[in-house]
Amino acid sequence: MSLSILDRPNSYIGRTVPRPNAKKLVQGRGTYVDDIKLPRMVHVAFVRSPYAHARILAIRSDAAQAAPGVVRIVTGAEMAAVCTPWVGVLGHMKGLKSAPQYALAVDRACWQGEAVVAVVAHSRAEAEDAAQLVEIDWEELFVVADMETALDPETPVIHPELGDNLAFRRELDVGDVEKGFAAADAIVEETYITGRHTGVCLEARSILADYQPADEQLVVYHSTQAPHMMQTIFAKHLDLPETNVRVICKDVGGAFGIKVHTYPDEMATVALAKMLRRPVKFIADRMESFVTDIHARDHRVKARMAVSKEGRILAIEADDRTGIGPYSVYPRTSAIEANQVVNLIGGPYTNQNYRCTANVVFQNKNVMCQYRAVGHPIACAVTEGLVDKAARAIGMDPAEFRRRNLIADDAYPYKAPTGMVYEGLSHHKSLDKLLELMQYDRLRAEQAALREKGIHRGIGLAAFIEVTNPSAMFYGVGGARISAQDGCTIRLDPTGVITVSIGVTEQGQGTEAIMAQIAASSVGVPMDKVRLITGDTEVTPYGGGTWASRGAGIGGEATLQAGRALRENILSVAGTMLQAAPQTLDIRAGIIVDADTGAERMKLEELGRVAYFRPDTLPRDCQPELMVTRHYVQKDYAFVFTNGLQASYLEVDTETGFVTLLDHWVVEDCGTIINPQLVDEQIRGGVVQGLGGALFEECLYSADGQMLNANMADYLVPMASEMPDIAIAHVVTPTQTSELGAKGVGEAGTAGAPAAVMNAINDALSPFGASVAAQPFTPERVLRALGKIR
Amino acid sequence: MKPTPFGYVKAASLPQALDLLARHGEEAQILAGGQSLIPTLNMRLSAPRLLIDISGLADLSGIAVAGDILRIGALTRHAEVEKSELVARHAPLIAAAMPHVAHPAIRNRGTFGGSLALADPAAELPACCLALAATMIVQAPSGSRRIAARDFFKGLFETALEAGEVLTAIEIPIAVPGQVFAFEELARRHGDYAIVGIAATARKAADGTLSDIRLAYLNLESRPVLAGKAAAALAGTTGDAAAVTAAQDALAGEASPHADLNATPETRLHLARVLLGRAVARLIA
Ligand SMILES: Cc1cc2nc3c(=O)[nH]c(=O)nc-3n(C[C@H](O)[C@H](O)[C@H](O)COP(=O)(O)OP(=O)(O)OC[C@H]3O[C@@H](n4cnc5c(N)ncnc54)[C@H](O)[C@@H]3O)c2cc1C
Repeated sequence: MSLSILDRPNSYIGRTVPRPNAKKLVQGRGTYVDDIKLPRMVHVAFVRSPYAHARILAIRSDAAQAAPGVVRIVTGAEMAAVCTPWVGVLGHMKGLKSAPQYALAVDRACWQGEAVVAVVAHSRAEAEDAAQLVEIDWEELFVVADMETALDPETPVIHPELGDNLAFRRELDVGDVEKGFAAADAIVEETYITGRHTGVCLEARSILADYQPADEQLVVYHSTQAPHMMQTIFAKHLDLPETNVRVICKDVGGAFGIKVHTYPDEMATVALAKMLRRPVKFIADRMESFVTDIHARDHRVKARMAVSKEGRILAIEADDRTGIGPYSVYPRTSAIEANQVVNLIGGPYTNQNYRCTANVVFQNKNVMCQYRAVGHPIACAVTEGLVDKAARAIGMDPAEFRRRNLIADDAYPYKAPTGMVYEGLSHHKSLDKLLELMQYDRLRAEQAALREKGIHRGIGLAAFIEVTNPSAMFYGVGGARISAQDGCTIRLDPTGVITVSIGVTEQGQGTEAIMAQIAASSVGVPMDKVRLITGDTEVTPYGGGTWASRGAGIGGEATLQAGRALRENILSVAGTMLQAAPQTLDIRAGIIVDADTGAERMKLEELGRVAYFRPDTLPRDCQPELMVTRHYVQKDYAFVFTNGLQASYLEVDTETGFVTLLDHWVVEDCGTIINPQLVDEQIRGGVVQGLGGALFEECLYSADGQMLNANMADYLVPMASEMPDIAIAHVVTPTQTSELGAKGVGEAGTAGAPAAVMNAINDALSPFGASVAAQPFTPERVLRALGKIR
Repeated sequence: MKPTPFGYVKAASLPQALDLLARHGEEAQILAGGQSLIPTLNMRLSAPRLLIDISGLADLSGIAVAGDILRIGALTRHAEVEKSELVARHAPLIAAAMPHVAHPAIRNRGTFGGSLALADPAAELPACCLALAATMIVQAPSGSRRIAARDFFKGLFETALEAGEVLTAIEIPIAVPGQVFAFEELARRHGDYAIVGIAATARKAADGTLSDIRLAYLNLESRPVLAGKAAAALAGTTGDAAAVTAAQDALAGEASPHADLNATPETRLHLARVLLGRAVARLIA
């Protein structure tokens, strides 16, 4: 039995090594889609609906067609002949319904920003000039903007053929909720609102499609998280054999779940390349990004919790309402977020009496779908908000209250009332570590002392669980061609370098660095002898891509297994060459050594030389297999859950309602840590996005469905000056589902940060009997809670 | 986000810029630091046919003191004003406001005059100029004229500049002994335009009594405004709690706060009252 990768000599696992691609990116030499220029390439700009809901009566494009540089103007009807519509439903989301969605609106537009006419020209500027000349006669239709009234009988139905505006409903009722409430010493309730917001990627959505009619080959350069998924979708809706479609995804400037969906304007771009038989590029600009990139988090959850005076949670009941825009997004659907809210409320705690209803409704706003930490920050805010309220109601310290309710560290595997099984979590170790890290008691004393001086600081805690390493239960079982498995191929080159190609993708988080570390450790070569290939459907093994915190856990295990298999193959050849038993040999730092003494036996490049150029010197039955592929899928659980806690320390200016973040702490358990720095920066970045939702980010809409702040001046992303220091510590409970033991970490920061901030604000406001529950916690909302304004 | 096609001339002299402006009328726009103009072009909120770039006109840039006047050339970059010892000594209010104007990268290019000519109601410098009773020096082909700050800011992005005129310099009376200043603003994020802000100055006598009080608000209304009644309520007092309350109440009586995405008029007025208290606390400190 060889050593586990974790304790192999010269293992890179657990070490902060620089990212191989960092230098290139820092030098500005990355290759983003917009950097690629092809011969005969043209650009597309879209005329978009100015209305939230309107019928297209007539389109006049003569003037636009005659404008300088214009190649072609295409309407929805023409586009529909080339690109078939799609419907965003999944088989296992029972009852989920949606209407066919087209690449370009055909008869009517259903949200402000929907693409209506495509204008193709020699430059983007010319396309925009011509787009301004396209005249559309509109007939404005009723607008369903408010999700609260979307199901009322007097509200018109957006898609009459669906019968109503209900996309999906989930109802869950486990244990005895009535009994829990009847036995309660205290019942707390609140309506929690999370503001509609979006993931603002540094690189906007980008796509360049190149179609070769001679052999019906389509190459799509795409800023995406899931190249193989997109390959299927392009092939299906453009009527091409799947093997003729190649999706290449070079550098991606952030994705956060935004770039894992089917976007009408991107489908139109690819269809245009097929129609025009030449390369067509579309780079979303910032303003169209705001009205077309998926939004998320627009939820209103009415919730209550029953507790005993000993501080036990006796029951939780919640009602979630969310508006997802006019269509369920394809192919992952817009039911997942609400479904996750149902699955995650109460998640860290032992309570088994749980009832939750989620209603997902259509409305005439931009679509909503999965954004980093799908559903988590919503469920966490609800749960942790109630927990703090309950602790306050019975006069118990919130840390102590959590201690009494968190699932015990030795209770695993543990089945939650939702039916989800947790493999192994470490809530109590994490809580202890957090309180120590933040010096909880000292902080409480400081808070009390400052309160005397009229300075109002708050401490907020939030426990969370995170869905990572998904099995095929997430999408595959629902009929979506989204792969839960991933493959890795590693080849030993004659120079002793290993070339690793893998289905998971890099969007800036350091996937390639992690895969290189695992491959280097597993095979036994130094980092500078590893070359990575990702993001090309024609080259890499088939895989799902990077989303749902699966890159390290799924892709990493495939890489580990491929590396081990290659090492075994190499050692078998080496054994023959050196007349030694393979198990007495090892590969360390790129050198074949005697496993016991570490003495050098042969360099890898020497083995490569012989294997590739002088195989005649090897025995007849020795055929070196120096390229191997291994696949991995997590099959033991629906998801491998992780856990952690966050804490926020902040100050509320009770005169102005301004919140100043002072400190933030995270204790997280993602199992095996491959690269500590990358893990910590994933958490920090995630926390910042969570803080954005908590304090700043919101897609503001008017009553008639117009987005009011679709630009970077008015949509407030979190910026460095407002961010606190974020201290991070870890508890390590490796998953037993893989040899690597790594769980995901990409969404943990975002999951818990808003709840921690909310609880801290409410802690600060508690002397005033005031509290907030609607994110973002703007100065105006805080002032209103304090009764300073109406 | 591409601008409509436009012509561009880098002016070699002020007369050339004025001549081009006269010939092209409404179709032309002056380009200074470009930090506000270029975004509006890219967002197609404006589509001038010609940009007249005055950024090469060295005469329009620089900071100097002559007698009891501090003169800031219209093209002086925010960053230079921020670092200027003359400004710190003679117009401490502007020095205090400067770090709140956008971000360092924008301050490196944005100009003092550009900010005034743009007249964004939430901009810091117009309110400072109003509080300091600055004078705008404006050049037209026919000659130059001087406009008092209180007559310069007419409304939302609207000034007393007439077609064909260029703002060349700003004259600010230098601080006198006993004069005190306060700048306060509330912005959601550092460097953002503020929800509301105040630029205040007063004369403080040896016994602490305040006089010559000027309280200029930014983003309270659709243009920078002087809160005359609030100032009157403070005059002759030492800025004690009762006087502050009286001034805050007077402010409520005279202000017509506007609404935007960040604040309702009521919120804005509430915050303006809070800032008044904080500004007075600074003035009397
Ligand atoms: C992200 C961001 C944040 C910002 N935040 C702030 C802030 O917090 N506070 C703030 O005050 N500003 C802010 N600004 C604006 C910045 O200060 C601008 O630089 C300034 O308002 C305009 O100066 P400019 O030299 O860039 O003018 P330009 O953009 O070149 O011109 C602006 C307008 O003024 C006219 N103009 C310019 N100079 C003259 C002149 N000499 N005579 C006649 N007309 C002229 C132009 O024709 C144009 O209409 C921000 C800008 C950005 C991009």
